[in-house]
Amino acid sequence: MNKVYTDASDAIADIHDGAVLMLGGFGLCGIPEHCIAALVAKGVKGLTCISNNAGVDDFGIGLMLQQKQVKKMISSYVGENQEFERQLLSGELEVELIPQGTLALRCLAAGYGMPAVFTPAGVGTEVAEGKEVRRFNDKEYLMEMAFESDFALVKAWKGDTHGNLIFKDTARNFNPLMAMAGKITIAEVEMLVPAGELNPNEIHTPGIYVNRIFEGRNYEKRIEQRTVRPRS
Amino acid sequence: MALDKKQIAQRIARELRDGYYVNLGIGIPTLVANYIPEGINVVLQSENGLLGMGPFPFEGEEDPDLINAGKQTITTVPGSAFFDSAMSFGMIRAGRVHLTVLGAMEVSEQGDIANWKIPGKMVKGMGGAMDLVASARNIIVAMMHTNPKGESKLLPQCTLPLTGIRCVKKIVSDLAVLDVTPAGFKLLERAPGVSVEEIVSKTAGKLIVEGDIPEIRF
Repeated sequence: MNKVYTDASDAIADIHDGAVLMLGGFGLCGIPEHCIAALVAKGVKGLTCISNNAGVDDFGIGLMLQQKQVKKMISSYVGENQEFERQLLSGELEVELIPQGTLALRCLAAGYGMPAVFTPAGVGTEVAEGKEVRRFNDKEYLMEMAFESDFALVKAWKGDTHGNLIFKDTARNFNPLMAMAGKITIAEVEMLVPAGELNPNEIHTPGIYVNRIFEGRNYEKRIEQRTVRPRS
Repeated sequence: MALDKKQIAQRIARELRDGYYVNLGIGIPTLVANYIPEGINVVLQSENGLLGMGPFPFEGEEDPDLINAGKQTITTVPGSAFFDSAMSFGMIRAGRVHLTVLGAMEVSEQGDIANWKIPGKMVKGMGGAMDLVASARNIIVAMMHTNPKGESKLLPQCTLPLTGIRCVKKIVSDLAVLDVTPAGFKLLERAPGVSVEEIVSKTAGKLIVEGDIPEIRF
């Protein structure tokens, strides 16, 4: 068993035109920035990207949008990216906006081997259009289908050579869910250690879900909204 | 005089009870955290995966791995916990979050809310709003009573795409505090110096006014 890859371009080498990708992260927090850079360098096109957000104009998925590599985005909030909005309004880019909890649930369903889940989010709204509505205990729920994707690209804090992952702070967000949901899961980590060095009690994602792992160097970790308070 | 944004937040903070788990939306709702009454302990949930959100960090202590749902750098308080997005919306869906405070573009007299889309103009997305309004036990809307054109945002029916249906319980606007009841908006309090007549004229949906309506005191 060798899951360790040398770098991002090695790990993503077989991602092909038209692939369906899941990308972890919330805003720019916990995004697989090395995998994104490698996809931009590779120039793969016609991608469907499942990701809570679409990055900003010059970082994250925004870099792939600039190169017109993305055919479709499935996201919950895309408000920080002008190029995204331009491509959407001009019809170059297809977008499916779904509630954030539904996005998480559809990952979870895929990772847990469940074909569909029920959620009240979106009942009575345009999100419900074309979906089966079921009533349980006098409340209505939408049936939402598990995601199907070719690759999941996730970012963790620490990982080991078996693919076990530990996330840090709010950079966890969608990463463990997408790690479980991808047909092939590629994890980039800040620290890669030999199996046995991580405490099994502290593992967030068991290595069974991770097919490939590499250590990324020099993370930029850009901050989207730098907010501070004065020292008084 | 109409309430300013800070006063709206201050009034909403009086709805907090000791032990509440609370989700505060972006904008005026975020300010509620600055007015938590003495002796009341609440835990702030940030739906990107944190219970126990603290204030903004001191300059130089920002951590890119620690942000809130508005993507702002934040801190944690003692006793905080991190979790993934599925658990975050799981605790919301299961009704563990006692109170959600969020902004709105429109609220209907049935408690429907619209706050995520203006067709042809704004395509940012709903984020976690649809999940929150579909499941929170109590939902308070913080908003201006009218839009910039002076038109009422409290309507018989929402005209914009809905975020959720029959979910808003209370509204604190710059002019008034209102409950959403099966019979329509019920006026509870008015901003200092704002007349009942003015509130009536700026409320397009059905408004119930019973007895004397007290002014909000600060």
